[in-house]
Amino acid sequence: MVITSRNPIYSVLWLIVTFFSISGHYILLNAQFLAIVNIIVYAGAIMVLFLFVIMLMNLSKTAEPKKNRWLKVAGGLAGGCLLLVLVAALRNTELKSQLAQVNEGDIGLIKNLGKELFSTYVVPFEISSILFLSAMVGAVVIGKKE
Amino acid sequence: MPINYYIFLSLALFCIGMVGVLTRRNAIIIFMCIELMLNAVNLLLVAFSKMHHLAKVSADATAGIDGQLFVFFIMVVAAAEVSVGLAIIVMMYRNIHSVDVNFLNRLKH
Repeated sequence: MVITSRNPIYSVLWLIVTFFSISGHYILLNAQFLAIVNIIVYAGAIMVLFLFVIMLMNLSKTAEPKKNRWLKVAGGLAGGCLLLVLVAALRNTELKSQLAQVNEGDIGLIKNLGKELFSTYVVPFEISSILFLSAMVGAVVIGKKE
Repeated sequence: MPINYYIFLSLALFCIGMVGVLTRRNAIIIFMCIELMLNAVNLLLVAFSKMHHLAKVSADATAGIDGQLFVFFIMVVAAAEVSVGLAIIVMMYRNIHSVDVNFLNRLKH
């Protein structure tokens, strides 16, 4: 649905539905922190940004121009082949007997994740804050009218 | 739940995202498909983290927590990427009044 909708706004709405279902999977896997962050960051912030840009550009009226149909067929075929090859390769792995822990386990809770994040992973955390700062500066510089 | 259900689900999501990148011409939709692929990888990372946790929980109480932190960092990087990418798309729209990536083939000359 995300890739077949003609109107980009419908595409965004379907993507939000997809993100909510992925958050549901995180809750099933007992990773509550990631589920909440996924809803807030993706379904909240990023998708609102997408909608804002689409409405700013007023794209909904302008239909996508007619393009090469063979290109579309070739793209679909290539993606289908990738899916087929990967499924065939992974179908008989020994991972089949492994279970993912569902609905229990406490590594996904904020307490444990935060403890680990601010002890072992504190340097990448600070580096990511610098990355955010540079992304913010870059976005402002690019978006500025020259 | 067996791990290969999660493998196949995220594989399907990843391939949908890839078909979208290959077939669509709208730059914003290509961008959203990249987000979809990132989310497929995130889901697989969380599933593998829980699998590892289940296998190693008797030896180490916090086994597998690294995977969930990597997912957190991937989300951070994705947020930064979206802000810069959308700024680039807005600038491109301002210059050529279209978000069709086919008009960008001047870059190769």
